[in-house]
Amino acid sequence: MSTQTSGAGIGGLVTGGAGVALRRNALWLICLAIALVMPWLFFDFTTGRHSGFVVSMLSQMGLMIVLAMSFNMLMGQAGLLSFGHAVFFGFGGYCTAHALNAIKAETMWLPVELVPLVGGAGGLVFALVLGYPATKQRATAFAMITLAIGELVTACALMFKLFFGGEGGVSTDRMIDTSLFGFSYSQSIQVYYLVVAWTVIAVALMWLQTQTPLGRMANACRDNFERAQFVGYDPRRVRYWQFALSGFFAGIGGALYALVYEIVTFDTLAAPMSGNALLMAYIGGAGGFFGPVLGAILVVLLQSGVSLLSSAWLVYVGVLFIIMVMFAPGGMIGLIGAHKPIARIGRLRALMVPYARMLVPALLALLGFVLLVEFATFMTIGAAQGKKFKLFAGELDPATALPWLIAGGALVLGGLWLRREARAFRVVWDGLMAEAKARGAAA
Amino acid sequence: MSAVAVSLKGVRKSFGPIEVIRGVDLEIPSGQRHAIIGPNGAGKTTLFNLISGRFRLSSGVITVCDTAIDGLPAHRINRLGLSRSFQVTSIFPRMTVFENMRCGLLWSRGYGYSVWHLLGREKALNDAAERLLERLGLRDRRDVPAGLLSYADQRALEIGITIGGGAEVILLDEPTAGMSHSETDRAVELIRSMTEGKTLIMVEHDMSVVFGLADVVSVVVYGELIASDRPDRIRANKAVQEAYLGTEAA
Amino acid sequence: MEVFLVSTLNGLVYGMLLFMLASGLTLIFSMMGVLNFAHASIYMLGAYFAYDISRTLGFWSALVLAPALCFLVGAVVEMYGLRRVHRNGHIAELLFTFGIAFIIEKAVQMIWGLLPVPYRVPAVLDLPLFTIYGTNFHAYRGFMLLISVLMFVAIWLGLTRTRIGMVIQAALTHPEMASALGHNVPRIFTLVFASGAALAGLAGVIGGNYFVTEPSMAYTMGPIVFVVVVFGGLGSLAGCFIASLFMGLVQTYAVVIDYSLADLLTSAGVAINTASPWAEILTVPIPRIGALLPFLLLILILLFRPRGLLGTRDT
Repeated sequence: MSTQTSGAGIGGLVTGGAGVALRRNALWLICLAIALVMPWLFFDFTTGRHSGFVVSMLSQMGLMIVLAMSFNMLMGQAGLLSFGHAVFFGFGGYCTAHALNAIKAETMWLPVELVPLVGGAGGLVFALVLGYPATKQRATAFAMITLAIGELVTACALMFKLFFGGEGGVSTDRMIDTSLFGFSYSQSIQVYYLVVAWTVIAVALMWLQTQTPLGRMANACRDNFERAQFVGYDPRRVRYWQFALSGFFAGIGGALYALVYEIVTFDTLAAPMSGNALLMAYIGGAGGFFGPVLGAILVVLLQSGVSLLSSAWLVYVGVLFIIMVMFAPGGMIGLIGAHKPIARIGRLRALMVPYARMLVPALLALLGFVLLVEFATFMTIGAAQGKKFKLFAGELDPATALPWLIAGGALVLGGLWLRREARAFRVVWDGLMAEAKARGAAA
Repeated sequence: MSAVAVSLKGVRKSFGPIEVIRGVDLEIPSGQRHAIIGPNGAGKTTLFNLISGRFRLSSGVITVCDTAIDGLPAHRINRLGLSRSFQVTSIFPRMTVFENMRCGLLWSRGYGYSVWHLLGREKALNDAAERLLERLGLRDRRDVPAGLLSYADQRALEIGITIGGGAEVILLDEPTAGMSHSETDRAVELIRSMTEGKTLIMVEHDMSVVFGLADVVSVVVYGELIASDRPDRIRANKAVQEAYLGTEAA
Repeated sequence: MEVFLVSTLNGLVYGMLLFMLASGLTLIFSMMGVLNFAHASIYMLGAYFAYDISRTLGFWSALVLAPALCFLVGAVVEMYGLRRVHRNGHIAELLFTFGIAFIIEKAVQMIWGLLPVPYRVPAVLDLPLFTIYGTNFHAYRGFMLLISVLMFVAIWLGLTRTRIGMVIQAALTHPEMASALGHNVPRIFTLVFASGAALAGLAGVIGGNYFVTEPSMAYTMGPIVFVVVVFGGLGSLAGCFIASLFMGLVQTYAVVIDYSLADLLTSAGVAINTASPWAEILTVPIPRIGALLPFLLLILILLFRPRGLLGTRDT
């Protein structure tokens, strides 16, 4: 994108050079600022401590951001759907745990701050080895191979106790006294800032990678591998190197995991973790660059927040995922980005009422759905535990038919009403898009 | 550069029991502008696919720049100096026009699979891409995702990518298909200027394009080469007239 | 010897069950190019539906009703989900079926709980059919075999003797061509998808009470079915049949051979104890390797022979 520097004077100072760099990256800098400040918003001034829950959740967001972004190097950038990506995350974690233990036992020395590089190296090597067979194929065959690899590695992790520690995993200790800055990392807030630093580094490096010949050709092979061949590139090699690098970054994520939780078990490389990476990247939006960050934050929020209230949080994530696959394949970022033309012509406000009109039936349908899910979960799990179903202040008995009918009715009613409002919304949307196109804003 | 760009000797191709190419011998010298015409289903695109490595030969030999190409993967053939366009426009739809052009230049400029170059900083590369876009008349749309271009513009872009990488042998598969008169004229001018000094092999149905551009025309009917000559002699060739118009008109 | 014979019989039964599952998936994958991740999930649904139905209406009603329900589920998923997602490309389709599989698993956990449900073999079949070498051959196994064979014959007749079967055969190997010839390919797709689902459901009905009916059964069965489909090759039901029997036999034999590589080496005179290098790898018992075999096979086939046994095109 060419930058337009305006002419003379103060305008020139502001729009040139540093000013431009600042503006273009404003969004990122704001996010970074929020990340740095967030724990302090939940600081308990009476006890002088940060909220453990919040810091823990934020740290997890950092890890998951790195995992999801590394996954998107494959899915979004290279068009490769991998069902076994977590093996590199987990392997990096295991390598890091062993490294930390070695440092503690003084058989090697490395500053704590540089330990994630060990995870990255582990992930890279693992990906170089496993990537060779995997990238021989593409599309569906590739997906199946990665699925099989994921299962094999998980099984091996349980069988080979020397390296993987069996079912108990490998425990470690991050307080190894080799900090470059003199931190002990005894407090979780310190670990959090280390996580933030490495997340920023990893994401920045991944961004830079997209601007390199390999990164661009990965996009090209995703779009049209035959044309890529006829500009001289072997799509297989492009896939291979992209795969190796994605393993490197996943390994860094795993290293951060080891540092935060101080234990690495086989579920860091198992299928649910791979599925998690997929969900986060896709829900956030695979097409652009920033999407998986959003997706990771959202999924961790859902996991931390909703799982407190309901044991069925995975159902909600799954339904959200399916809805996005069907109606918003560009993810959340895609949804937001679709508004750009309308924002450019300054007509966003025209959408406010249509959105509000959809919001009410959507909430109603959502309430109905949530109630149904919660009733069902309660009937199988909760009731056996002798609990009562509490909704706000009152108690409900899901063993009777009435609550089910009400919830089902809310879902159906909300759904039908939503469909009507959605159609009306569509009309308004199409009109605004046509207007934007006519005024040259849609590209 | 070798004297013979592409040679076909005894080329046969069968799909199962059906023989689509039935013994074709053809030699195309460097620098020639060569058109391949023939009725639908004659096997013209199959020939292209054989020369560019998409299909394996059933028998015979094809050489590109004096190297036998049977069994070579497509990118290897490309690195020998051959590039092609496709019947269905083949570009990188989700990347911008500029990125498309730039990708076409990367390999020939030695960037390989590097992660150590930030493409935004590569002045010579970017300038070359801009110049090519200028020639194609696409510079004003450089930031548009290529998939959103009009059909004719996409075709122009594809021609640009095909030729821009510096290939010596260019295969164009129906480059003006689906274009209007003015678009066709523009495309022909573009092809003429960009293939100056290179070997051009073209499949075409539009006779005005063929007779305007080509030095030599080959006629393929039912998988066989029935004539290969200068355009004016082809026009007068009885066998060709029969193949196209039936025995009545001949 | 008796172990071998009994295992062979068991392996054949298991293989036929696999074929019931894999045939539907082969048809769907070959015709529509979609690897239906949710196929094994519908197998699971069939088992759970049968469990509920057989508690109220009896096993025989379940045998008919559960596959019918699965047919409906398949039809709805195809018409309102897959068809819409189809235009977003292959990855979107894969993700969609993956999402459906995910949701079905969670829904099953939600509705029926996390523990296995007591879906039992009906009493009338719960007795030994005949005895071989002192081991009983259970009547239910014979029943499973019977149903599988009947279903196999039905598929074969349906594909070769009916008009729609002809079209399906054509679309199996040349889907675009079939469409170009004017057949209502979308309707055929729905039919094939829903029929595949019904078959999977039927497999669930008869397999669920034989094995365990639990929420993870889709996850354990899924990869094996994929392997069979890939191994048999796209576009070939015959290949699928051979591959199913092969996998059924191999997996059954593997469970029975309770040795490990270390034991083999020991019998050859090489002692392996826990201090030896590679001890961990060598002492893994073959049954455990057997569980991994489908995945290994999948990788090997996709790498070296993507066409599978008798496939007409590459995976």
